[in-house]
Amino acid sequence: MEERWSTEHVLSLAPDAASKKAAAKLSAPAPWSAAGTDGDAVWGECKGSGSTPYRTVVELATPAYQCTCPSRKFPCKHALGLLLLWSGSPGSVPDGAEPTDWAAAWLKGRQDRAEQRAVRAEAPADPAAARRRAEKRSARVAAGAAELRLRLADRVRHGLADQSTAGPWEEVAARMVDAQAPGLATRVRELDAVPQQGLLAEYAMLHLLATAATRLDELPAPLAATVRARVGYTTETAELLAGPTVRDRWQVLGSRTSPMEGGTDERLTTRRLWLRGAKTGRPALLIAFGRPGQAPELALPTGQVVEAELAFHPGARPLRAVLGTRHGAPAPVPDGLPPGLSVAEAVAGYGTAVADDPWLDAWPTVLTEVVPVLSEEGWHLTDGRHTVPLHRAAVPEAALWRLAAVSTGRPLTVFGEYGHRGFAPVTAWGRDGRPIGLTTA
Amino acid sequence: MPDPWESLQTTALLGTDRRPLPAPGPAAPYDGAVDRADPAAALLELAALETVRRRAGALPAPAAAPADRPAAEDPRPELPPAAARRLSLLLSTRGGNGVLANVGELLPQWLATARERGYRVPAASVPALLDAARARSELRPDAVALAGPLGRWLAERNADWRFVQRAAQEPVPAQEPVPAPEAPDAAGTQDAAPAEGDHLWHEGLFAERVTHLTLLRRRDPAAGLALLRGTWPTERAEDRLLFLDALQEGLSLADEDFLEAALGDRSKNVRATAAELLSTLPGSALATRMAERARAAVRLSGHGTHLLVTPPASCDPAMQRDGIPPKSPTGRGERAWWFGEVIAAAPLSLWSGHTGLTPERLLALRVGDAIDETSSTWADDLREAWARAAVRQQDAGWARALLGPAPVPGPGRPARTTGAPAKLLAVLPPAERAAWTAAFIEAHGLGDSFQLLGACATPWTPPLSTAVVEALARAAASGAYPWSHSGVLGMTERALSPQSAEAVEALAAGAAPATAWGETFARLAGTLRFREAMLAELAA
Repeated sequence: MEERWSTEHVLSLAPDAASKKAAAKLSAPAPWSAAGTDGDAVWGECKGSGSTPYRTVVELATPAYQCTCPSRKFPCKHALGLLLLWSGSPGSVPDGAEPTDWAAAWLKGRQDRAEQRAVRAEAPADPAAARRRAEKRSARVAAGAAELRLRLADRVRHGLADQSTAGPWEEVAARMVDAQAPGLATRVRELDAVPQQGLLAEYAMLHLLATAATRLDELPAPLAATVRARVGYTTETAELLAGPTVRDRWQVLGSRTSPMEGGTDERLTTRRLWLRGAKTGRPALLIAFGRPGQAPELALPTGQVVEAELAFHPGARPLRAVLGTRHGAPAPVPDGLPPGLSVAEAVAGYGTAVADDPWLDAWPTVLTEVVPVLSEEGWHLTDGRHTVPLHRAAVPEAALWRLAAVSTGRPLTVFGEYGHRGFAPVTAWGRDGRPIGLTTA
Repeated sequence: MPDPWESLQTTALLGTDRRPLPAPGPAAPYDGAVDRADPAAALLELAALETVRRRAGALPAPAAAPADRPAAEDPRPELPPAAARRLSLLLSTRGGNGVLANVGELLPQWLATARERGYRVPAASVPALLDAARARSELRPDAVALAGPLGRWLAERNADWRFVQRAAQEPVPAQEPVPAPEAPDAAGTQDAAPAEGDHLWHEGLFAERVTHLTLLRRRDPAAGLALLRGTWPTERAEDRLLFLDALQEGLSLADEDFLEAALGDRSKNVRATAAELLSTLPGSALATRMAERARAAVRLSGHGTHLLVTPPASCDPAMQRDGIPPKSPTGRGERAWWFGEVIAAAPLSLWSGHTGLTPERLLALRVGDAIDETSSTWADDLREAWARAAVRQQDAGWARALLGPAPVPGPGRPARTTGAPAKLLAVLPPAERAAWTAAFIEAHGLGDSFQLLGACATPWTPPLSTAVVEALARAAASGAYPWSHSGVLGMTERALSPQSAEAVEALAAGAAPATAWGETFARLAGTLRFREAMLAELAA
């Protein structure tokens, strides 16, 4: 854990742009005193406008934050400022220190609470009531899916070119929410923004999903699990972790936090973290949520490796996972480049994945030895033999130029999601082998 | 055989009420799996099958043309990691007013220092660096130099960064001497540059043309002059004026004929600018003519104690042609106006040559009217005009004499200031500028120091920094408001020597808590520490 985080990584933890700005101002040594680190935690006192300085502690592994300031932002500017100071001015946050009393007290309390939680888990609920609830929900979802099928068929009968008589999909989405099928609702809501040319494919895949949702019992178990997840059934993390887990050395391939920086909408902040098992070669996707104005708690530094147990959500093509027990903190890898694919292999890889899960829009993919090329049709990645277009809508302009700059026009390794809309880059490995997050500012 | 997807799409667009389902065919082998009883549902099912078939069975597109030429290698060493982190911080934050000053204001200093040290910025930071330079043109020379070949490569692909190509034609000063044109590796660029330049000159935007001319003058003054001569008669008056200004770069007697001709220009402003340029060329015919007029207007009295002034009686056509406007724009007396213009345009060397006296002695002489020796009406006019001449001709001896000795603290009237002391100060070498300004601030405080400080080289020398910090302490003690010194404070954040941080921290500690001055000093100290750390990282 000796590696101090990069500025980019610290700033990626910020809940919003204003916090980044405020934190940068606190990243100078001046307001800080009694700062130190023991490699597992960083602490310090920050002089604010009041007479008592704020006391800030960050536990690095999770990471978790504690600050005596009244801010409702999380992490607050003091925690971020302290991390920036630790990252940028090593001399100001001396290493090998003993936590001050107040820092030690909080760290200890945190550990105790975690242990209690582990003991308290698994209190059995009333199994009969749970079964009744589940049956009731299944019935509502099936009814909602059947209604959706009718709505879709209606529109196809009248023709997609003439949608004047049909109301907005928003209403249907609301019906799907009532039917306790939030996954269907999300997909339905997005239909209003799909250009006419793309509508048929979207309708068709939604029709397929709704049909499958009414026939869950007839499907093979893995595919049924995929359909349930896409319809919007969730599985409790604890339940997943109680099942089989995969222990591996997971390399963090990249992360993307949305809404993007500067986004002001009130939705949850979502952070996606893509991992790849060094032993199993399995891809995994962790999704963490934060309330509006708060960064998701889970953050792992791109490029590093964490030895841990993952529990995968069941499905025909398992990808999403939850993080179980960690065995040690994230550590840098000596040879940082993840193994990857040629363009042809990546295209074939997505094809195989779609055969398992037809609703899969993209699959996590590492491309090796590709060059970003700007042509008249836009940006492409090419390995000299084949080429894939970049998925423009999923990639901010700045990320494209970062990718181009990191490549300097030469072949490089890129991680991203490849699918039928193209490749959406997330991380690029520079010529020095260091990973560069493309979507973090 | 129609593409199965196209047929489905057509039916879907028109609606299954109006158009039948496409007939089953060999192109869609899964057709039999679909129940066609409800045409709409069947269409959606066929479309789903076809969509998945296409997604799962997609083949990779063959690579088109061979990949692009990569960016040229950049042999410079990469920034130390701490400095690289600092750069992303500086580039990612805007705005100020907090515990720390606007750190973006420190970016110019960071860039200049990093460039001086010969570093290369990390590739991933180059786009943000170019974006910053796009928004703030004063950053461009340093940003473009730091971005190096990668910056040029990116700019060829992004129209937002076109300024890079313009700036890139500028040879890197000092470290990298311009290669001789016959050097083989330079041949390519040298060949390309004039063609590209001609294009810019004939078709570029006005600002591009001015930049091009300025850069060309810096490299090859004669070529620049020739370029300008080529299109001179067809340029608009406003443009001619600014192109003429560009000749300041590399001005020499070789330009005299052209400038003399410009004295007959249709535009008054062009004539005046040409005259001003000629007057800064000590050997020029205009300077000689002005020297004659000046000698006729000022003579040493018989006893050598007075300078006696006879202002021009009229502004004859020759004087007008030499750039002296017949009408005083300020409403001053016309003869005084003509007199001032003549003296300001005459070479300063004339005075010592003509009287054998140093500038100091000349300035100490009493000034009188040639008719009435006891009248001192002309003293200020003469001094003022000499000050303008000293600035125009960049004459350090005269500037020093006009500024007078560094002020000493103590009661008494403020030092006599002639014209704009900041401009005179700018003529002096940096160390002298700083020492003079420090003495001025010690004697008179910060009140009138803003422009003087602005004329001093940054970072300020330790003595000047000490003088400023002490003056701030005195201002705080006197009960003045910090915001009445906001201009000086802003400059101080960028320019104060980092060694002063401790003194400022002491002031912050000494100030009453939660007062404006306490916050001002704390903020200043924080900024100085930030700057200190920032410069130390670049020294690593």
